[in-house]
Amino acid sequence: MNIQLTVNGKVQEKDVDPRLLLVHFIRDDLGLTGTKIGCDTSQCGACVVSMDGKTVKSCTCLAVQANGSEITTIEGVSNNGELDPVQEAFWNNHGLQCGYCTSGMIITTMELLKKNANPSDDEIRDGLKGNICRCTGYQNIVKSIQAAAEVMRS
Amino acid sequence: MFATKFDYQKASSVSEAIQLLASNPGAKIIAGGHSLLPMMKLRLTSILMLIDIGGIEEMRGISVANGILRIGALTTHAEIADSHDVKDNAGILWETAYGIGDPQVRNRGTIGGNISHADPASDLPTVLKVMDAKFTIQGTGGIMRGGSRTVSADDFFLGPFETALGENEILTTIEMPVLAANQHAEYAKMAHPATSFAVVGAGIVVTVENNICTAARVAVGGFTPIPTRGPSVEQALVGKELNEENIVAATSLIHNDLGSDVFGDVFASAEYRQAMAAIELKHAIYHATGFAHHN
Repeated sequence: MNIQLTVNGKVQEKDVDPRLLLVHFIRDDLGLTGTKIGCDTSQCGACVVSMDGKTVKSCTCLAVQANGSEITTIEGVSNNGELDPVQEAFWNNHGLQCGYCTSGMIITTMELLKKNANPSDDEIRDGLKGNICRCTGYQNIVKSIQAAAEVMRS
Repeated sequence: MFATKFDYQKASSVSEAIQLLASNPGAKIIAGGHSLLPMMKLRLTSILMLIDIGGIEEMRGISVANGILRIGALTTHAEIADSHDVKDNAGILWETAYGIGDPQVRNRGTIGGNISHADPASDLPTVLKVMDAKFTIQGTGGIMRGGSRTVSADDFFLGPFETALGENEILTTIEMPVLAANQHAEYAKMAHPATSFAVVGAGIVVTVENNICTAARVAVGGFTPIPTRGPSVEQALVGKELNEENIVAATSLIHNDLGSDVFGDVFASAEYRQAMAAIELKHAIYHATGFAHHN
């Protein structure tokens, strides 16, 4: 089936098998491998991308379901080589170790901060319920998000 | 993981979706796909054709009129959890929607998909049962050909993953009476720590006049094939003052209503869940009535 969608501002048109998952479309057809496959069962959040402004797990969405939508992946977050404040904050606050969960964490954080510019630590942890990190214990991730929120508020 | 091969059609209206269902035996409706896709990927099910109703605008949205809260089947859990109309008129549903899965699951998962899937561990069937919800179903059969019918939540759920939906029918709307000022509703659950699914879920709606309970609807789920009403508990609550003694006595009767078909697993045995059902019901009533602090 022929689909057309906008990924990181660029229109993409491809013929896909209906059973192709959005995450495979992004990684294999478009070569955007910043989006990861972790659990492949919509638990871990490594595959989170933004679809029409809302975060989704791209392992639990068919590419054909994303037809006509606007997708932002981690590759589309920075602006002309300048990091987004969320990326900057994760870097500065050691918000990652292996980095496998980071793309999903950052995309999720961007929606979280859009909805709530001044979240408490509890609200951040609640917002990260669908993103699993197996390295950091979340302390520095929460710290990074607080730092990003502060920068974005000012 | 890939599902087995299937054909895919996108429907642009309810009538088109019903036509596609009727002309393609073995076809299945997909909305957000957050119950169906995982099952297809794990090869627990194999579907010949998916009919995507995700773009049908007429099936979306929340409104309140004449004392009825109306929710389109395609409304997502996130939209319900963000809705003031739901918060003000059916706070129990608002809170339950927020407790489903995680933000990404709530962004894609729909109320209609959840109900049609009828997972025994799901929260919404229990909540909609105590809220006395009615479901509008459209299809080729029904009272008139091409017409619609209404099924109450009490009659909709038939067994695990089994509902009153016919082969060529689609659930389009969920309606429920808005809560009156003297009605208190609450859903309490013991959630599975990894999935947030209900190990035990307990929903209650009590009407209180002059400190006396004049009506009660009670249901538990998560460990029974379908959400199960608790008539013994309801009868024991009505006519009583909602104090600790009466609440504990009434909720402890829930085992009378459960039958023998209760589930258990490595996390929680059937016996334990049955015992916890009484506790969760008690918590729900405590919370709803502000009678006592959660304990």
